[in-house]
Amino acid sequence: MHDPPQNDVAIQFNNVAFQLEGGRVLIEGLDFSVRRGETLVLLGKSGSGKTTSLKLINRLLPLTSGEIRVEGCSIREWNVIRLRRRIGYVIQEVGLFPHFSVERNIGLVPTIEKWDEGRIRERVRELLSLVGLDSDFAGRFPRELSGGQRQRVGVARALAADPPILLMDEPFGALDPITRAELQREFLALQKRLKKTVVFVTHDLREALLLADRIALMEEGKLLATLTPEEFVRSKDSLIAAYVAAFATDMSALAKRGDS
Amino acid sequence: MNVWQFMLQNRTEVLQLTLEHLWLVGVSTVIAAMVGIPLGILITRWPGLDKPILGGANIIQTIPSLALFGFLLPAPWFGERADRMAILALTLYALLPMIRNTYAGIRGVDPAVVEAGRGMGLTDGQLLWQVQLPLALSVIIAGVRVAVVISVGLATIAAAIGAGGLGEYIFRGLAMVSNPVILAGAIPAAGLALLADFSLGLLEKRLQTQ
Repeated sequence: MHDPPQNDVAIQFNNVAFQLEGGRVLIEGLDFSVRRGETLVLLGKSGSGKTTSLKLINRLLPLTSGEIRVEGCSIREWNVIRLRRRIGYVIQEVGLFPHFSVERNIGLVPTIEKWDEGRIRERVRELLSLVGLDSDFAGRFPRELSGGQRQRVGVARALAADPPILLMDEPFGALDPITRAELQREFLALQKRLKKTVVFVTHDLREALLLADRIALMEEGKLLATLTPEEFVRSKDSLIAAYVAAFATDMSALAKRGDS
Repeated sequence: MNVWQFMLQNRTEVLQLTLEHLWLVGVSTVIAAMVGIPLGILITRWPGLDKPILGGANIIQTIPSLALFGFLLPAPWFGERADRMAILALTLYALLPMIRNTYAGIRGVDPAVVEAGRGMGLTDGQLLWQVQLPLALSVIIAGVRVAVVISVGLATIAAAIGAGGLGEYIFRGLAMVSNPVILAGAIPAAGLALLADFSLGLLEKRLQTQ
């Protein structure tokens, strides 16, 4: 595998390591790049370091060694606030501000960036329709929304100031399977239109195969391989094949239960 | 003569002492809030400071109130006037609930909400003012409420050092062995405490449902 040309790269990891204060190493020797406009899925079991890698990008966690470049610039050189406003961030728990209406939740960063009021209101309406919510949702509060609606608002909020990069940490993991499938489909449609650079964390192989342009498989803080979904399912590599088999067995086991 | 007759006959003095009482409690509560709430915020920002500051406020709380008034007698400026001493003592007692509740309120904000705020690029000040303080407000008000109720009771002891307030009647009644006179101080003091508790309780509830 060779690196794509530099101007095509949105995020670059160079020999990245992260260890806790107690000395436990969570991530080691991580090298990969995310191309502009692609969806890279970080796939792995719990504790494989996917979420940690994601939080290193927007500096919610500090690098121990190595370098991460965002849009060609080392994240150490970025002003941390500017860096985070260039990067949308969506988490599984959503984390909507419970004391703000949907409109204020989505409009918070534009408000802080001193957009004028009319433009913010217009942007909120535009984003609500983008994530498939009616504009009457603007006045509602997070507690009045279902889980799926909350995550739609979470995505709209992350997109508010039109960041070129989106980090998503198991955004659909807490949803029921039907809502999850719906949001996955909409994510694909949205991504076709918006062409953001997305780093998406999941432990669900099906989700990874569905959403990824490329899958980066992680295990115990290391990167095992970066593959397209087709390469992933056809891989002869024993670890990857085991991963695929785990999901396949899972499915046939379920099917057998249904028969008996 | 029963307590009601006594209070009616001395209504200007009852009113005067009630106002003095309110003054002691009001001033000390405002000062304690102005010191305690920022300290509570500060120790959420400086992780190493929480134990010494909460511990210090806790120790103050354990000093018996009469003894604290005594300790303050030789203090410069404060020792010159009884009401200054009383206000200082009441302020010191009110600090713990203010600091502790501010700290607990901010620390109690859903970590996912804080993470989302940081991740979207809020500065620490924006996170504090826009997210953490509004969400902690009802807990902070609960601390103010506890502090006020404690202060109304403690302020009666301020009369022992001549700072006035409704404690005057209590100490006078004790000296005269007269229940009506004791009650003329105790009943309005209890009334003030209940009123403060009720009104701040309402405020706390209103902030919670938001």
